[in-house]
Amino acid sequence: MNRGRRKALQSGGATLLALLAANGWLPSARAQSWNKSAFDAHSLGDTMQALGGGEPAQSKEIAFFQTPEIAENGAVVPIGISSSLPNTQAIAILIEKNPNMLAAVFDILPGTEPTITTRVKMAQTSNVYALVKADGKYYVASKEIKVTLGGCGG
Amino acid sequence: MILRAERRELGSCRAASLILTQSACVLALSFCVTACALAQTSAVDEIAKYRAALQDGNPAELWEARGEDLWKQKRGPKQVSLEGCDLGLGPGIVKGAYTRLPMYFADADRVMDLETRLVWCMVTLQAYNESQAKKQPFGNGERKSDIEALVAFVTSTSRGMPMNVALKHPKEVEMYQAGEKIFSYRGGPHDFGCVTCHADEGKRIRLQDLPNLTTREGAQKAYTTWPAYRVSQGELRSFEWRLYDCFRQQRFPELLFGSDASIALTLYLARNANGAIFDAPAIKR
Amino acid sequence: MPDPMKIRATTVGDETEVKVLMSHEMETGQRKDGQGKTIPAWFIQNVSVTWNSKTVLSAQWGTAVAKNPFVSFRFKGGAKGDKITVTWVDNRAEKRTDESMIA
Repeated sequence: MNRGRRKALQSGGATLLALLAANGWLPSARAQSWNKSAFDAHSLGDTMQALGGGEPAQSKEIAFFQTPEIAENGAVVPIGISSSLPNTQAIAILIEKNPNMLAAVFDILPGTEPTITTRVKMAQTSNVYALVKADGKYYVASKEIKVTLGGCGG
Repeated sequence: MILRAERRELGSCRAASLILTQSACVLALSFCVTACALAQTSAVDEIAKYRAALQDGNPAELWEARGEDLWKQKRGPKQVSLEGCDLGLGPGIVKGAYTRLPMYFADADRVMDLETRLVWCMVTLQAYNESQAKKQPFGNGERKSDIEALVAFVTSTSRGMPMNVALKHPKEVEMYQAGEKIFSYRGGPHDFGCVTCHADEGKRIRLQDLPNLTTREGAQKAYTTWPAYRVSQGELRSFEWRLYDCFRQQRFPELLFGSDASIALTLYLARNANGAIFDAPAIKR
Repeated sequence: MPDPMKIRATTVGDETEVKVLMSHEMETGQRKDGQGKTIPAWFIQNVSVTWNSKTVLSAQWGTAVAKNPFVSFRFKGGAKGDKITVTWVDNRAEKRTDESMIA
């Protein structure tokens, strides 16, 4: 990574407009682009409803990779998800036993590979769902990840 | 208490063995021993996969970048950068400096580790007073530590280089011996010492293997992987922090930042790690 | 002011691999401080990545994304020297944009 060539373009600056949008007082693209009801949902059904989909179909075309079965610490759990479903439009990560199930939604734009790697927090051992929207329909695969406690000092 | 935690973890395997021993079913017992060993091996393998998956994209890089900026920025009452700071290889030479530390500095007439030397440079070059320079030795969420960022930057430039700590000056020898003594000193409310956890092979706390720091191999493996981004804390932790936290866990009095005791232990372990390739800032659970 | 991101973009065959580390607390809103007061949620909600001026990834995040977030993905195309721009916006409406060249 070349730090010399990287420069900050913008930062800080909570303008009034952004503030209003963030609080949902303005029907801007910003306010619409974060699906509050989906992130507030506690069950798969409620999350699906908020995302505008029905019950997802189980799919073997969705794979977890670089995703361990045991996380040494729940504060950082690496998750990799790839989809071979045609016309994959979005990949979402849901964690069954977290206070709110939905962790992240990635829109897969045309030209972008339907493969994503990130890291999530897990409150406890739980099923993790990889939810994929492909060709307008929802599909899901799941994997159980065990969370252990670390040694001294958590 | 560490041993108690270990016992709890092994509890289910032990209990199963015990019941079977009483029923004198030798065949079943040997089966259980194998099964328990297998379960443990696969857990250890999975933890290894977890650790491997974290290697790509270490947030320590964020600290390294901030540290490099801090190193180059004109700061303090004198508004000068730390680029004139002598970390042992001459003013401004950063690369490789960490592999030689701690060492004796004639200008301070003292053996110093990296953290202490950074404070020294902040005081002598930038004219901070010592308490300002030491104000936040360890970061905590939004209260970031400049020292930890500088440590991340300086150590990162030594990645891939062999540890090469000398014991030439009498004060270095004296410091090393003090470190060895502290390492084996037992005390506190639990009659604990570094040696309680780190002087035998095969000890662990829950699923974390504890290195035997009295062997060359153990010291090498441990010392060359600090500083590290601790995922459980979301912080980059320096070696001084590692020792500080060991003291806290032993219920010892607080290990003061930049104290001779801290430097002595660091020198003892750094010297024992000589020859090993430095590979940090790392990422740990 | 939020710290800069670390963006690494490299060409792999006819694709570009992008890896981004962001400096952010990603506070869940579930934790309590020393006085027993709930620490309010503070987290990145939106991330977008553009290649030159084309958006190649956009994401919505909740509080369960790990502190100091990391994300990696690939897109078709991209050449050495092309510009990759990453922007995040958090729930306090704080925003950060950094850019890097494909190496």
